[in-house]
Amino acid sequence: MATTTSTYREQFKSFARSVAKDSPDWLNTLRQCAVDRFEAVGFPTTKNEDWHFTSVAPIAEAAYPPRVEPGANTRPADLAPFTFGATDWPTIVLVNGVFSAELSSLEALPHGVRIYPLASAWRANDPFVERYLSRFADYELNAFTALNSAFIHDGAVVQIAKEFEVERPIHVLYVFDPIAAKTQINPRTLIAAERQSKATVIESYVSTGEASYFTNAVTEVLLEDGANLSHIKIQRESPRALHVGTIEVEQKRDSHYQSFSFATGATLSRTNVYTTLDGDGAGATLNGLYMLDGEQHGDHQTKIEHAQPNCFSRELYKGVLDGASHGVFNGKVYVHPIAQKTDGKQTNNVLLLSERAQVDTKPQLEIFADDVKCTHGATVGRIDQNALFYMKSRGVNRDLARRLLTYAFAAEVLETIEVDAVRERLERAALERFTGVDAGLGVG
Amino acid sequence: MLEIRNLHASAGEKPILRGISLSVNAGEVHAVMGPNGSGKSTLAQVLAGHPAYEVTAGEVYYEGENLLEMDPEVRAQKGLFMAFQYPVEIPGVSNAYFLRSAYNELRKARGEEEVDPLDFLEIMERKLEVVHMSDDMLQRSVNTGFSGGEKKRNEILQMAVLDPKLAILDETDSGLDIDALRIVAEGVNAMRRSDNATIVVTHYQRLLNYIVPDFVHVLANGRIVKSGGKELAFELEAKGYDWVSEPAKA
Repeated sequence: MATTTSTYREQFKSFARSVAKDSPDWLNTLRQCAVDRFEAVGFPTTKNEDWHFTSVAPIAEAAYPPRVEPGANTRPADLAPFTFGATDWPTIVLVNGVFSAELSSLEALPHGVRIYPLASAWRANDPFVERYLSRFADYELNAFTALNSAFIHDGAVVQIAKEFEVERPIHVLYVFDPIAAKTQINPRTLIAAERQSKATVIESYVSTGEASYFTNAVTEVLLEDGANLSHIKIQRESPRALHVGTIEVEQKRDSHYQSFSFATGATLSRTNVYTTLDGDGAGATLNGLYMLDGEQHGDHQTKIEHAQPNCFSRELYKGVLDGASHGVFNGKVYVHPIAQKTDGKQTNNVLLLSERAQVDTKPQLEIFADDVKCTHGATVGRIDQNALFYMKSRGVNRDLARRLLTYAFAAEVLETIEVDAVRERLERAALERFTGVDAGLGVG
Repeated sequence: MLEIRNLHASAGEKPILRGISLSVNAGEVHAVMGPNGSGKSTLAQVLAGHPAYEVTAGEVYYEGENLLEMDPEVRAQKGLFMAFQYPVEIPGVSNAYFLRSAYNELRKARGEEEVDPLDFLEIMERKLEVVHMSDDMLQRSVNTGFSGGEKKRNEILQMAVLDPKLAILDETDSGLDIDALRIVAEGVNAMRRSDNATIVVTHYQRLLNYIVPDFVHVLANGRIVKSGGKELAFELEAKGYDWVSEPAKA
């Protein structure tokens, strides 16, 4: 690992030289502290409890250099598969990590909404960015956040002004095309829902090609008092991509954060969804669906910190694993001594479609208050043979029957997505997920 | 249409069918009766191709083809249908979607074009009347949360939509009240034609008041111990099964 961190040190020097003079001092300091931290801790190994089931050796070994310069080969038509058929959603598009004004639709934004690229914000020393950047995502504890923070360049900033309800979903679309091959991209997203506001933000990581690259994304989210934010993360990276994405959320009094993580892409992926319920009466709903096949490895870690009393958290994650894929789910719930009347429920259900697929699921409850209600449950199952026979006996062939049963399993959690266009497209994606070469393997 | 010769089948190590022979011709209704454990449900499941049973000897020909070599879906595509004794719940898959998928699979197998959802809805509207069901059940998940009677009626609805050549009703009468029984029987009778056939598997004579069989066969210990006309069912009702059962072998 020592070689890797020193490689990054060299890369950081040249990166810092290229951006230092345009950057405000606070940002140069942040980058420097973060790279120092990354150099000190290095990439996690499987001895680290948080990374026990996921080896990031492929990321360390690839050591792709961070990419900050523009360069893209993406046309508007290439985005069609990723925009849910919507034409009037405010959309900020970043190709290979860099803002594309041409592909974005940021004209006529709804009242109370600001969306802008991060790089132009820090160049203009935007006070909002100075105030909030790196306030919620902790680079001291997370090496990947340190790496992202060291190479902070472009990304997206979304602000919902107080008391505004935004009807149309806002789409933050990170696209990676073949030009991203063999590079590392560190997208940074900052979302703030001010008090009593309500909005839906979709954050997509998608690819138009099959290149191998490394996405190391960090998203920071603030929900002020009474804010209601639905945040849907879509990870449909290239099949050869490496993806680590960390979402860190801070929630104030009576806010409700609804997260959905949909992950089907990348050869190796890790998604972290961390939220701190830092105000009385706040609630978090964290749902997700991961569908993997072939040699894919997909890991989700969620962490809910109940830091104040009377908060609730609900969590439903479902996984469908085919081929020789490996799924990991680790759900942490931490209840502080002060957080009385905490109400927490966590469920992880996994459907194994093949004998070779593998899952590790680990709930982790640490409760330091005495008047709380916290439950967790996990199931790992296979296709119901009675249901399969029933469908076959009606003339439905085995592959279609398997797909329908898989879809039915996934639909229970997809149903929680409130945006019709997104839910319908993801349901179709779920229905069509296992029609490839691996579809014939497994139970029978 | 169906020719069963000396059929033996087991579940795991346990032999259940021990030499069944039976011929069913187009236009006929056969009742297969017998006490619990006689193998009558197993016979239905083996004909449908349930993977839990292994055929250890004998042959089954369906329209001149070796039925036992066909996958369950192929049997269905060739016009065989079994109404389940315990219909399976499939949460998350709507009845409409499931039925349309099945209907289109059968059409594809016959080299016909698939029907789109709207045309299929029209077909369904007519079939729903047959079993006295309202169309809101089309949007409900297959059998999920259905009452016992609804599940059985749903089986008959599927049968009406798929229009089989050979229908096998596996204890469709069990758990039905008299009204539901009548609806189910009327549905089955409405589908009787000279070019199709029905095998009614039942424990009780009651259903046969409504679906009148041409032949009645009594199963005991995995064999047909007596065959006759519809009057045999009345005799069984009056005298019980002990009268025909051969003593179990040691």
